[in-house]
Amino acid sequence: MTSRSNDEARQPSSIELGRRAFRRRQNSRSVLLSVASTLVFAVVVWITIVNTPGWARVQKTFFDPEVFVSSLPRVAEGFVLNLRVLFFAVIAVFIFSILIALLRTLRGPVFFPVRALAAGYTDLFRGIPLIIVLYLVGFGIPGLRLTETRIPAEVLGIIALTLTYSAYVSEVWRAGIEAVHPSQIQAARSLGLSHTKTMRLVVLPQALRKVTPALMNDFISMQKDVGLISVLGAVDAVRAAQIETSQAFNFTPYVVAGLLFVLLALPMIRLTDWYTARLRGREQVGSIVV
Amino acid sequence: MTTVLKLDNIHKAFGEVEVLRGIDLEVAEHEVVALIGASGSGKSTLLRTINLLERVDDGQVWLRDSDISDPRVKADAVRARIGVVFQQFNLFPHLTVLDNVTLASRQVLGISRTAADKRGIELLTRIGLADKARVYPDRLSGGQQQRAAIARAIATEPELLLLDEITSALDPELVGEVLDLVRELKADGTTIVMATHEMAFARDVADRVVFLDKGVIEEQGPPAQLFGAPQKARTREFLARFSG
Repeated sequence: MTSRSNDEARQPSSIELGRRAFRRRQNSRSVLLSVASTLVFAVVVWITIVNTPGWARVQKTFFDPEVFVSSLPRVAEGFVLNLRVLFFAVIAVFIFSILIALLRTLRGPVFFPVRALAAGYTDLFRGIPLIIVLYLVGFGIPGLRLTETRIPAEVLGIIALTLTYSAYVSEVWRAGIEAVHPSQIQAARSLGLSHTKTMRLVVLPQALRKVTPALMNDFISMQKDVGLISVLGAVDAVRAAQIETSQAFNFTPYVVAGLLFVLLALPMIRLTDWYTARLRGREQVGSIVV
Repeated sequence: MTTVLKLDNIHKAFGEVEVLRGIDLEVAEHEVVALIGASGSGKSTLLRTINLLERVDDGQVWLRDSDISDPRVKADAVRARIGVVFQQFNLFPHLTVLDNVTLASRQVLGISRTAADKRGIELLTRIGLADKARVYPDRLSGGQQQRAAIARAIATEPELLLLDEITSALDPELVGEVLDLVRELKADGTTIVMATHEMAFARDVADRVVFLDKGVIEEQGPPAQLFGAPQKARTREFLARFSG
């Protein structure tokens, strides 16, 4: 740390300057090479596709600019519903998954039924495809006639997404909780902290750091699976695209919906990459080979 | 003289291995007791049974007038009355040094953050870590971490302080600052039970040295006597290995 200021004042030797110049040249050569090869690859793929016999037809049915513009408002409107469902589902998953993970960490025979129930839940819902959960929840819960009025499809969608994703995410949490060294729990308990406070103040904050990249990844996965609620009849982006498609006899609205989902996911994907790299950099200082 | 801690015929086994085989020990207020013995002699296990991290198989542990080995006793409340410092420091990496020190005051004793912080800063000032109050433990040297861990253990003014080989994980040049702090605690009248490999330190600071061997107290007495004129063959053998 203290040698940093000395370094700045000191002039590097001619040998070091030579090395730096060489590395710069190497670097620019590598960049040029990769840009060129990427361009060549893109052009080859493009020419191949454009020269296929059916390209004109595919272009017309999937990439029609007119249909694109005309379907955008309705698909975007449906997309707002996806965002709403996503918002509430993410919050519900966050809370519910921590709860399940904590139940699974309880020790002692008294908690066996709770533990077994939590384990059974994660086994079951990690196994069932989301679309089946959507059907079961979407048509099963209303069938119970719990309420006088109809339960909105988006609420049922939130429930189904929460059930499925909490099962996955609780396993991520559990891995994170178990990755916190037992000596941390010992230290907390020896201060007189209760089990609950130890979990809340010592274990979970450390677990969160460890599992953040995995959680962000599951969040990205949720962003697109939220499109599956269309099977419940809610007019979301996918459903709106379906309606537009059938009216225009053209598949472009699906591309519109797909594009919206990608745009939603991109920032989160970049953020996850950045955070993971930062975490790696911090934890592996000095051990990454350049 | 008030007895702070009384161990009465403590037994503890891990599976087939009997680690503690009938330990009787009384520790008076302001007394510093050093537990010495080879690795595996049961020193750490004994400390862990005292603050209920380990359940005894038989015998009783008394903290002042209460039998804390009674299952009806609230373990959290007992642990709050006993401070522990570990070999590997075990500071909380996600909390600043100050928050490490004040956590128990705030969350167990229910003292307000302002009051706990004030007291925490005072404590850190006393041990020379005031400038490290707002940094995270990974920025501290081993010796500083262990001193912070000691501050965390004594922040709630426990009736008894347990030190479990607190210098064993430190580089030799960092041992001194930690031992100096223990000397200060002794001067303040803290009641201490410590497991240690530092014979010179035990001799210097302990009021009584207890030699544990194969789960029993083989010999105990004032340091001058135990180190100067050990009565038992096993003690002599053990000490010879350390001074040799």
